[in-house]
Amino acid sequence: MLQGWVIVLASFLYLGFLFAIAWYADHRADTGRSLISNPVVYALSLGVYCTTWTFYGSVGRAAASGIGFLPIYLGPTLLFALAGFILHKMIRVAKANRITSIADFVASRYGKSQLLGGLVTVIAVVGVIPYIALQLKAVSNSFAILSSYPEIIMPATAGAVPLFQDSALYVAMILAAFTILFGTRHLDATERHEGMVAAIAVESIVKLAAFLAVGIFVVWGIHEGVGDIFAQAAAVPEVARRLATADSPAAYGTWGTLIFLSLFASLLLPRQFQIAVVENVDAKHLSRAVWMFPLYLFLINLFVLPVALAGMLHFQGAGVDADTFVLTLPMAHQHEALALFVYIGGLSAATGMVIVETIALSTMVCNDLVMPALLRLPILGLAAREDLSGLLLEIRRWAIAVILGLGYLYFRVAGEAYALVSIGLISFAAVAQFAPVVIGGLFWKGGTRDGALAGLAVGFVLWAYTLLLPSFAKSGWLPDGFIAHGLFGIELLRPQHLFGLTGLDEITHCLVWSLLANLGAYIGVSLQRTPNVREARQATLFVGGAEAAGMSAWRGSAGVADLLPLASRFLGRERAEDAFFRHARERGLHSMEELPSDTRLVNFAETLLAGAIGSASSRAMVASVVTEEPLGIDEVMNILDEASQVRAYTRELEQKSLELRIATGELREANARLRELDRMKDDFISTVTHELRTPLTSIRAFSEMLHEDPKIDLAQRTRFLAIIVSETVRLSRLINQILDLAKLESGRAEWTVAAVDVGEVIREAADSLTVLFAEKRVMLDLDQCAAGLSVMADRDRLMQVMVNLLSNALKFVPEDSGCVKVGAGGTTDEVRVSVTDNGPGIHAADHEVIFDKFRQGSGTTDVLTDKPQGTGLGLPISRQIVEYFNGRLWVESTPGSGATFVFTLPRQAGDNSQTAHEDAAAGQGPKHNDN
Amino acid sequence: MSHRILIVDDEPNIVISLEYLMKKEGFEIAVATDGEAALKLAAEFRPDLILLDVMMPKKSGFEVCESLRADPAQAGVKIIMLTAKGRETEVTKGLALGANTYITKPFSTKDLIAQIKSLLA
Repeated sequence: MLQGWVIVLASFLYLGFLFAIAWYADHRADTGRSLISNPVVYALSLGVYCTTWTFYGSVGRAAASGIGFLPIYLGPTLLFALAGFILHKMIRVAKANRITSIADFVASRYGKSQLLGGLVTVIAVVGVIPYIALQLKAVSNSFAILSSYPEIIMPATAGAVPLFQDSALYVAMILAAFTILFGTRHLDATERHEGMVAAIAVESIVKLAAFLAVGIFVVWGIHEGVGDIFAQAAAVPEVARRLATADSPAAYGTWGTLIFLSLFASLLLPRQFQIAVVENVDAKHLSRAVWMFPLYLFLINLFVLPVALAGMLHFQGAGVDADTFVLTLPMAHQHEALALFVYIGGLSAATGMVIVETIALSTMVCNDLVMPALLRLPILGLAAREDLSGLLLEIRRWAIAVILGLGYLYFRVAGEAYALVSIGLISFAAVAQFAPVVIGGLFWKGGTRDGALAGLAVGFVLWAYTLLLPSFAKSGWLPDGFIAHGLFGIELLRPQHLFGLTGLDEITHCLVWSLLANLGAYIGVSLQRTPNVREARQATLFVGGAEAAGMSAWRGSAGVADLLPLASRFLGRERAEDAFFRHARERGLHSMEELPSDTRLVNFAETLLAGAIGSASSRAMVASVVTEEPLGIDEVMNILDEASQVRAYTRELEQKSLELRIATGELREANARLRELDRMKDDFISTVTHELRTPLTSIRAFSEMLHEDPKIDLAQRTRFLAIIVSETVRLSRLINQILDLAKLESGRAEWTVAAVDVGEVIREAADSLTVLFAEKRVMLDLDQCAAGLSVMADRDRLMQVMVNLLSNALKFVPEDSGCVKVGAGGTTDEVRVSVTDNGPGIHAADHEVIFDKFRQGSGTTDVLTDKPQGTGLGLPISRQIVEYFNGRLWVESTPGSGATFVFTLPRQAGDNSQTAHEDAAAGQGPKHNDN
Repeated sequence: MSHRILIVDDEPNIVISLEYLMKKEGFEIAVATDGEAALKLAAEFRPDLILLDVMMPKKSGFEVCESLRADPAQAGVKIIMLTAKGRETEVTKGLALGANTYITKPFSTKDLIAQIKSLLA
């Protein structure tokens, strides 16, 4: 049943099916209902990473090295799972700058350099052609094997077949035609292909389904589960060896290399960049893809090892290539339908890769290689031609055909020397050369065009010398003498043991040298000079992210009259007018004639054009119509100089204004404090005035009365004179206390510090007040005073405190029934003295107030005679004294049940009295001024 | 008929001197030593004139003055503020609150009596 025509028909039906999907998706996109704006479609389309290399080659590699096939999938898994932010940044930057390909990305990053874009394109084309060859080889082999059913015959080597009987040639031609239909139907400003993406997503489903079908068939159809396969494999020594992970230290190195390589390949291969970055509809889709894509990789690898082992068991010694097990196992068990399905799966893996890869490459070839060259050739008169959009499509179509032709050529020449996996790795190593300039360009602003050129060139040359040329030589296309003996017979230049480096497999060897030189040249040359204006601007756009995208790149201007014809030449008149009209609407204008000739319009036109012909060419084309001042080196220097001067000046100003702000704040604070102090002083003076005037009032009144009326009777006269005397005493005491307090507060008080017996001071103070207590018939109880309490203090001052507290208590206790108790005790640290009265007590609110100057407790002076005697300075003075010796003075009281004044003094003299001791010891006498 | 004078001050000695001076002039006297007592006596004793100290417990002279002026029953009473605080602001405040005159301590006994007589004339 599986005659050749059946297979061919099935192939065309499948391709037609794909085309229908693409057409439908394009149609939907045109009507604004995108089919692919969906994270699942995005994740599936990323499955383009899995080519025939995965579909057929994984099993082949597993048959050769056990789970050695895995690192190729671990790399992308790591990238998506752990470094999604790099991809996210790339997408953001690419969208903001309308990047159309990886060549465009690199060219744009380093100052829109056409040279750089061209170099990247060359490397990509040369590097990826072996990979395309691999797809051709796989499809033509699978076709050959399947069409010889029911026999299982390995196809003849490519070179042995006459050219026009070689199915690979026809595969290449069909794929070229199909890709041209797919990718170059019309020119899109954003260079996105919705139909293609939809078809690729479907292809990912087809190849996954086919592979899973084979896996299930092999595991449960032929064998009795995975356990059965592994058990059988373990019994055959030849097969069992494949169950080991790696059998030499170098093999572990290879693992690392492969993970590293595939990580970058899944980001930098032109088709991966195309699908992951350029075709991305919404950067948010990435968040789903970071787990869905690794999951896809996991599923498609699930049955690789069982299929490989089963194939080895089944075809032991039969000379069947392990790369074909996926196809030959169903054939060997006469499952025609499954075999055909597998063939279609392989075809979908190949077509997906070839379509996206060649479209991406053709865009690069057209925008970054051919157009810049053609536009420079005045003989063609292109610069003056009206409509170039047709030409652009033409170039891309030819580019697709040429690339596939080259792929076929490589297949004819070198394809047979290598297994599928090894061919793929050559391509991976080539695109890995983009890693420094791309990753560096995203995160380091210092990279320059020259650095990027040097890095890429050096890396590319080393890659070609250590990997590509030996692959040619092994195919007999080049003399292989230089492999064994080195170029010009110099041993050190042996391409696979460069400078004597041995012990590595050829891929690792190539990667070490090429990336080392690449990175070194990129950084080294970049550091030779600072980025110029254009590079610096692009660096800001790329490293700084999309936020900086609003920066204007143009200093000149051009009007619609110039820019629209320019855009029309590349996009076609209708498309260009449409875009300009939309731009006008965005700016709130009614028609594009109203668009002003400003830099914003020029930027818009440049970006629009960049979507079609790449950023570097676009810049060159727009520059041709923009009337821009030539940007001379002097001017650039001036701009830079001015900018740095302004920056420096600004920084200086900022610094100054900061200092000023701080100083202002300090001044304001100081001012507020001064004003507060001033207010306090004013209040104090006002209070002192009041306190002094009160006794003076009595004195003057009585004196005047006595003076004017000499006939006042004697008793009256004596009473008045006594009042005058007592008010005079009060006045003197007040003045003394004010002076005393002023001295204490200003620190000019004199202190005589020595060991003082507290009990003795209490007794002495009590003795001095005996008469007053007796007059008021108040009891004074000293029984609670412990003996032998000693502190370091000024005896007279302590006495002052005691007298103050005792007379204070006496003032408030009732006559006859009054009672004042003094207690004294101590711990090892401090001495505590309390004076308790049975007076009216003090409100909690006044517990602190009474220690303020001139503030006597309220609510204690109901009766005329109970007006507190004294100055209102006794307590503040006492507190000053106690605190001078690091003690505390406070009151404990509830209204109605008396009050207890307590003070504590540390036994060991505190800081203040310590200084006093030192002064005394230094022979300066016991008196000193405290500050 | 003799005028009634209410003396309001918390300083006993000043009260003694004022009491002596007023009695000598033939006035009828009452004494209060804080603001609340002053208001109470003003209602009971119905004085023609009040000698009002400012710095007092419970209610200051200013508050007493304000309350008296707010009471229509006390409309005719003359008020002389006596204070030991001589600041301009306080003089202004006292007059603004409705005191008839303001005398700072220490005062001249002659001047005080002259002021009282002119207010009661």
